[in-house]
Amino acid sequence: MQQALKPIYSQIKRITKATCSLHASTASNEEMALVHGRLAQVVKIIGEEVTLQVFSGTEGIPTNAEVIFMGHAPTLKVGEELAGRFFNAYGKPIDGGPEVEGELRETGGPSINPTKRLQPNEVIPTGIAGIDLNNTLVTGQKIPFFADPDQPFNQVMADVALRADADRIILGGIGLAHDDYLFFKKIFENAGALDRIVSFINTTEDPSIERLLVPDMALAAAEYFAVDKNEKVLVLLTDLTLYCDALSIVSNNMDQISSKDNMPASLYSDLARIYEKAAQFPAGGSITIIAVTTLSGGDITHAIPDNTGYITEGQLFLRRDTEISKTIVDPFRSLSRLKQLVIGKKTREDHPQVMNAAVRLYADAANAKTKMQNGFDLTEYDQRCMDFAKEYANYLLAIDVNVPINQMLDTTWKLFGRYFSQDEVAIKRELVNKYWKEKSPAVS
Amino acid sequence: MTQGTIRGIIANLIIAEAKGHVAQNEICYIVAGEEQLMAEVIKIQGKNIFIQCFESTRGLRVGMPVNFTGRMLEVEVGPGMLSRIYDGLQNDLETMDSLFLQRGQYTPALDDNSRWDFRPLATVGQSVRAGDWLGEVTENGMAIKIMAPFDLEGEYQLKSLAEAGTYGIRDTVATLANGKDHQLEVNMVQRWPVKVALKAYSEKIRPYKMLETGVRTIDCLNPIVEGGTGFIPGPFGSGKTVLQHAISKQAEADIIIFAACGERANEVVEIFYEFPELEDPRTGGKLMDRTIIIANTSNMPVAAREASVYTAMTLAEYYRTMGLRVLLLADSTSRWAQALREMSNRLEELPGPDAFPMDLTAVIANFYARAGYVYLNNGETGSITFLGTVSPAGGNLKEPVTEATKKSARCFYSLSQRRADQKRYPSIDPVSSYSKYLEYPEMQEYLAEKISPTWVEQVIQAKDILLRGKELNDQISILGDDGVPIEYHDIYWKSEVIDFIILQQDAFDKIDALTKLDRLEYMLKRVLDIYRMRFEYQNFEEVGTFFKRVINLLRQMNYAEFQSEQFQAYEKELESMLNERRIA
Ligand SMILES: Nc1ncnc2c1ncn2[C@@H]1O[C@H](COP(=O)(O)OP(=O)(O)OP(=O)(O)O)[C@@H](O)[C@H]1O
Ligand SMILES: [Mg+2]
Repeated sequence: MQQALKPIYSQIKRITKATCSLHASTASNEEMALVHGRLAQVVKIIGEEVTLQVFSGTEGIPTNAEVIFMGHAPTLKVGEELAGRFFNAYGKPIDGGPEVEGELRETGGPSINPTKRLQPNEVIPTGIAGIDLNNTLVTGQKIPFFADPDQPFNQVMADVALRADADRIILGGIGLAHDDYLFFKKIFENAGALDRIVSFINTTEDPSIERLLVPDMALAAAEYFAVDKNEKVLVLLTDLTLYCDALSIVSNNMDQISSKDNMPASLYSDLARIYEKAAQFPAGGSITIIAVTTLSGGDITHAIPDNTGYITEGQLFLRRDTEISKTIVDPFRSLSRLKQLVIGKKTREDHPQVMNAAVRLYADAANAKTKMQNGFDLTEYDQRCMDFAKEYANYLLAIDVNVPINQMLDTTWKLFGRYFSQDEVAIKRELVNKYWKEKSPAVS
Repeated sequence: MTQGTIRGIIANLIIAEAKGHVAQNEICYIVAGEEQLMAEVIKIQGKNIFIQCFESTRGLRVGMPVNFTGRMLEVEVGPGMLSRIYDGLQNDLETMDSLFLQRGQYTPALDDNSRWDFRPLATVGQSVRAGDWLGEVTENGMAIKIMAPFDLEGEYQLKSLAEAGTYGIRDTVATLANGKDHQLEVNMVQRWPVKVALKAYSEKIRPYKMLETGVRTIDCLNPIVEGGTGFIPGPFGSGKTVLQHAISKQAEADIIIFAACGERANEVVEIFYEFPELEDPRTGGKLMDRTIIIANTSNMPVAAREASVYTAMTLAEYYRTMGLRVLLLADSTSRWAQALREMSNRLEELPGPDAFPMDLTAVIANFYARAGYVYLNNGETGSITFLGTVSPAGGNLKEPVTEATKKSARCFYSLSQRRADQKRYPSIDPVSSYSKYLEYPEMQEYLAEKISPTWVEQVIQAKDILLRGKELNDQISILGDDGVPIEYHDIYWKSEVIDFIILQQDAFDKIDALTKLDRLEYMLKRVLDIYRMRFEYQNFEEVGTFFKRVINLLRQMNYAEFQSEQFQAYEKELESMLNERRIA
């Protein structure tokens, strides 16, 4: 047995819910260990005393438990064989298949040299106008859905993933409901896409601290495909709020002073380490990260969405539009910061101005609505804005839209022509001359 | 040098024991097998030396050796830094060959083999003080001065000076001596500790020269000055970075130093993709030729984040001492403050508000104080204009970093979430933002001279109209459109004209992105003229409809080349439209 060569200890001094400490002279920082057969990692060393974070929790661990240090940081075996497989947070198969043979790599490895990055420049079309028209995604981007737990973010994410024309999709399930895990499995299977997909799944039934391992596992696999194989890789991480919750449990158990909302002071850096793995690599491969950050009651000032927003390249907000009884991509709070690299350049020239004008008119509609709710009379312009908004939401913002980008632009011009004068739309004259559509009766 | 060994590891905080003396902020290297990891002493307590490691500490063990260097964190300055991309510790990122950053890999900041055409500027026998210009070389079309050592104490005599000719960067080009026969050889390279302000100048004065940024809302309402300081707080996505990039592309500065401090790597990529393409009207070269990027992106080691802003500031001071106007931009200073917080937490220091270190305000104040407009020993001037962004947690400006910065920076460009949501970019809030410089009499004099004698008056009027417009809009939403006199609508819409035409600016449109002062003056006068006009309306609805047309035409003007045929055609159209409704 290989493990017989490794140093073994059996004198635990201190146990908290997530950590245990013992005297050991050989541990190295971030080294993996087995405590009472459970995976653990070194998080602190003071002289002889080593503190380990036990991923599956410390319930039932006795003070004389066996502790074996493994001599390396967390690792994953990478290879083509990963494709089509489902693993747990430790990279062990959960689909009944055999262990993967391949090169052993440390997860959570170093950052790409920024000067080696290419500027992202390729549109990821999703067919969803709330995304493609207003918040265009680009390969190498990192962007989360900000959504309340009751919103259909996993469905939208699965749609996006399957339409995105990626060579590889890596799913990192972090505290995924078991039903959602089965949903992803089924939808990928039905699409005949299973062989393009690698999944690392921690469900709500698994210990919460294990969740800390999932993003690094998923990204190590992503780097293998994007860097070694030059593939276009799409990484889906759902739900990173649960990852942050796990971080806070560990840091609180280590008596660290927490900052806002009980989160560790290092939350920003911890999240940035994950998200910044998104990149366009020089040899053609790329990693794009689409994540989910669930909100509590839509509050984006909470430390988790707040820090996320400061790191990611925009965010996608889902909102229920009661007027049309559909879920829409909210054009106000949603943002793709990389869109300006492609819109009007890789997409039609009128894209930027059409997008801005429509959102501005939609904002006028929102103001009119407030006016109405406050009991004031609406002007004729207000009324037109509200009529426009309804169709705009229905034909463009709703998540069930699936059309090419040029059609989205044409539809918007039709709505402009139908409800507004050229002055009200206020777009550059050259574009108006070229694309303006006089009152057209019906849309699409 | 002193040796030590590791005693403890908590993330990037190392506790070591040393056999000998160590100094606060001394640099040391942790020896991990083949790798040597750079680190800095941040606290000394009895025999425990607390060290922050600038690299990942994975795999480190108790007992590993630590070699102290006897020096603080220093930069090396000299010709050959322009257009480089350094990390926070001034390692040249472009000369590293692997795709991923290798721990413990350090690359030189300057090219030791580079040779430069040296021209002497001083005369043998003259007396010399720290920072005095001895000669110059040309780098990317800019004159780079070779200066007397910055750490020179008192007066020295110039014993010898190289003749014009080509010299290697480390060849001696001058020798200095002081009375006591102390001889010093000077080459083109100097070292300087980043945490110490470089003060090789004769005096710092109150800045008064407006620094044109090409961003209308800044140049018009809240101008910044050469040697001034300002900060840009704003929630995520409100446009801090886009604004800083716009300023850096257009501002009237000789050198641009960009410190990407704990932000996105793709934003750094954007700079080094775009800047080499942008023409520099003054040198005929490219903008990148006079830009330096210090990149410590958010995924790079946290401790080096703090170093990165100091590295950037020290490079800026180097160029200021040679009489150049430096624009220093840091995005985001909050990440630096957070790095301090992470460390202070690990050191178990008594936490201040929001767990930030107690001395945060002092640290920020000291940093901002290093900017400024100076007279050099030879009577020439140089400046560092510093603009930092702040990323307030939850977008709430009542948080320690914003509050601390407000005490130091003289311009406050507050980005508003509401304006960003409405796509009213740049989203600088016209009412709460301010520039203290606008109150300086010497600045007002300068503006009167440079733009027009009535400029400041006009600016103040524009500000008043914007404020009034906001108040009236509040009234209208409380009382209803027809619950207020038509005049309210008229004034509100006139303030909207100023908002749309002067404040809002499309950073991604070739023409609109940059507005020169003559154009700004013209447009401001134009919109103020409209403000003074009286129009006839039948009802309040007509007001909005009318002004939307006015705004649309003015926007077309903004998108057209200044005074081009197209521009004039739109203006004519505007003229006749205004006349339709105008009451004499
Ligand atoms: N002047 C502008 N014109 C047009 N769009 C703009 C302008 N300023 C900002 N934007 C839009 O807002 C987005 C976010 O801007 P930016 O990246 O500068 O925000 P930020 O304040 O730096 O955010 P963070 O704190 O997260 O870094 C941009 O990607 C762009 O789409
Ligand atoms: Mg930014």
